Amino acid sequence: MSEEIRDVIIGESEDYIINIGPQHPSTHGVLRFEVCLKGETVKYLIPHIGYIHRGIEKMCEAITYPQIIHLTDRMDYLSAHINNEAVCLCVENALQVEVPERVKYIRTILAELNRLASHQLWWSAFGMDLGALTTFFYGLRDREKILDIFEESFGSRLLHSFVMPGGLMHDVHPNFQKRIKEFIVYFRKKLPEYDQLLTGNIIFQNRSKGVGLMSRETAIAYGVTGPSGRGSGWSCDIRKIAPYSAYDKVQFNEMLETDGDTFARYKVRMREMWESMNILEQLVDNIPEGDYTAKMKPIIKLPVGEYFQRVETARGELAVYIVSDGNKNPYRMKFRTPNFSNLFVMNTITSNYKIADLVAISGSLDLVIPDIDR
Amino acid sequence: MSSNNLYDFSKLTSSIHEWLLGMMSPNWVTFTELVLIGLLFLLFFALLGLFLVYLERKVCAIMQNRVGPNRVGKFGLFQTIADLIKLLIKELIPIRKSDAFLFNLAPFIVIIASLMAMAALPFAKGLQAIDFNIGVFYIMAVSSLGVVGILLAGWASNSKYSIIGAMRSGAQIVSYELSVGLSLMAIVVFSGSMQLSTIIESQANGWWIFKGHIPAFIAFVVFLIASTAEINRGPFDLAEAESELTAGFHTEYSGIKFAFFFLAEYINMFIVAALAATIFLGGWMPFHIGSWEGFNHIMDFIPPIVWFFLKTFFIIYLIMWFKWTFPRLRIDQLLTLEWKYLLPVSLVNIVFIAFLVLMGWHF
Amino acid sequence: MMNFELMNSISKYFSDMFSGLLSLWAGMRVTGKYFISPRAIVTQQYPENRATLKMEERFKGEIIMPHDENNLHACTGCGICEMNCPNGSIEIITDRIPNAEGKPERVIDKHIYHLSMCTFCGLCVKTCPSDALAFGQKFEHAVFDRNNLTKVLNQPGSKIRKEIKK
Repeated sequence: MSEEIRDVIIGESEDYIINIGPQHPSTHGVLRFEVCLKGETVKYLIPHIGYIHRGIEKMCEAITYPQIIHLTDRMDYLSAHINNEAVCLCVENALQVEVPERVKYIRTILAELNRLASHQLWWSAFGMDLGALTTFFYGLRDREKILDIFEESFGSRLLHSFVMPGGLMHDVHPNFQKRIKEFIVYFRKKLPEYDQLLTGNIIFQNRSKGVGLMSRETAIAYGVTGPSGRGSGWSCDIRKIAPYSAYDKVQFNEMLETDGDTFARYKVRMREMWESMNILEQLVDNIPEGDYTAKMKPIIKLPVGEYFQRVETARGELAVYIVSDGNKNPYRMKFRTPNFSNLFVMNTITSNYKIADLVAISGSLDLVIPDIDR
Repeated sequence: MSSNNLYDFSKLTSSIHEWLLGMMSPNWVTFTELVLIGLLFLLFFALLGLFLVYLERKVCAIMQNRVGPNRVGKFGLFQTIADLIKLLIKELIPIRKSDAFLFNLAPFIVIIASLMAMAALPFAKGLQAIDFNIGVFYIMAVSSLGVVGILLAGWASNSKYSIIGAMRSGAQIVSYELSVGLSLMAIVVFSGSMQLSTIIESQANGWWIFKGHIPAFIAFVVFLIASTAEINRGPFDLAEAESELTAGFHTEYSGIKFAFFFLAEYINMFIVAALAATIFLGGWMPFHIGSWEGFNHIMDFIPPIVWFFLKTFFIIYLIMWFKWTFPRLRIDQLLTLEWKYLLPVSLVNIVFIAFLVLMGWHF
Repeated sequence: MMNFELMNSISKYFSDMFSGLLSLWAGMRVTGKYFISPRAIVTQQYPENRATLKMEERFKGEIIMPHDENNLHACTGCGICEMNCPNGSIEIITDRIPNAEGKPERVIDKHIYHLSMCTFCGLCVKTCPSDALAFGQKFEHAVFDRNNLTKVLNQPGSKIRKEIKK
């Protein structure tokens, strides 16, 4: 922080500055908050990013489109499939390729499974941040079931690089549908336990109600999409606004809350977990037979022009913008990541709250730092 | 009907006393007895601390669907000893510009407070080191010394985080002492005496939590909540919260000094649980049901010292259950809970109990 | 009116306390239920269970070149996997050796695979025209010397299978 800003912020002599980060005891990633405190109250907060910048967008200019997929995995690693899907949809729209129905269904199923797994991990980490250390283990125990499904079909648990331009890399395992149905039955019994343990708990409600108020105007101004924005009443679900893959074939509700505090964002995510299970139930029995990929040329070259695609990851709106000059490498690839916009609203919504609330608020925004830094 | 002579320890202690008197003059006998008892308590203190740390790790592991320590020794029993050896051989990092005398004094104050409080606990009939006629008052006064140690530790560390943690902890402990005291007073009003052995004798026909029905139960719940806050545990551990700033008032301590703080926390948990077991659950009195003679005889066979430890460990398990289930309270919510909820309830409870005792409306 | 508000706030005080305690008890029941069921423990006792540990068949442990019982593999040395690998984890070294008719043809000498750089994207496995590569199931790769993570996938003395077309 520059000296001029420092002089302006530290008005009175009682203020002091502490650093929270880059090493967090919680699972958010490498992020540094420079917090100006007066007693226990937060006056100003400046996030410093860039500790995990790997130059993904620059690397994309040197490799071909199938090779870009494995890099997008590692941006928001908790919604890996959805990131892959964003690039694949952009490329397929540019080439005007029609993927088979089977591919669309499987891509949607994988996206919803990923959303469930991501919200489970968010719930675990959120409870742990607030001090309820058992929630960490219960959430991860249930997430293991989804990761086992992934391991059976793709071989890896977190980063799959499975959704390719044109379709999928190979077909899913024959046990795929059966295991998803077993998982839905299992998780429907476990999710009420989450509510018993954390949601209804009076200590938790006192710590999250009225904390970190974000009005709808603030959310729109900063571009806070995803469950964080929906907690403030902004209807920003890309699956409803611009449906892609098989989302126009399923019935689901968009979860909205109007309070805008931490508890509202929490409730949105819990309800999204129920909705994801509903979507999965509608899709899992109706996967059409067919090819797992459309016929694509071995070397993919996009025609000259600019192409854009938006998808809804577990954290908000991810948008991919490709500028192509006709070669097999893109000229420029830009990712509009949800966590980048979600992070910078922290200063506005943390002012005049206590230090203990800072942890709760940043947990409720559900930040994944590699997505911010790319 | 009460514990029979088989398990009466006063015979043992008086026979040792006689034996010593035969060997040396009375003053030396007193001195030897004090040294012996002190050593015994220190040994018990250390072993209990080791065991409680292991127990907590196992209990929290099972609640979290995992196994806990199981590699160091059979079932991981030597895990705490390995941790202790590691702490002993760590470097003691001295801090520049800190008050070295106070910095080194703080852990000892905490340990001394715990040891003094433990000396007054009644483990079985005749097995009580100090039996004052102001037993309850003594224990409360002595355990309040611990807060001095915490404040000294935070101050002498010369670090922002330690000061914040120590101030929070100090405010918390001082506030909750009121509720602890008032809930203990509830049973003192019922039994009419502050001497611990008298309170236990008065529970020979039933534990106070049953005899005192609703107000005693309310006092028990208030005591549990307030004492969990007293020992900086469970949902009230903001002062040393790991996922907030840093480790609070004992951030700057390493090695054996940190081990003292850590140990003192578990021993405090034992003292608080033993106090609850003594005052509310009957101490070393077995569990009798009215006039079921056969059942009562079977219960009498179990030695009273086993009863004492069973009840204490039940309360310890409750305290651990609280810690691993609930999220943390913020400091202002903590103080709100005490001053706006627990304290009024305790005060009304005491008035109600005084009225009950006057009318004789208890068992 | 004052009395009504007072009675209301007093009853709200008690009902708040009571519902708060009930919600705490609901949470305790969940953890208490797991405390009394040690069968719900999900920890796998690794490394004691190495003998019975079975990974999934598609598990991505490392890249291997499957050889059959006559020490024959399917790699022609075309270099397509090297081109498709996004970060250069594969190096192909070929040789020109006279074949049965006397004409020199390309034969794989060393298929070098850098396990330390591989991102397990699977493009080499997918794009190999003769399906010479596959994912292996070994996952314990920790070594003391980084050079031990550079592996040569074709075993010494192995040749290509006769029926693989170039």
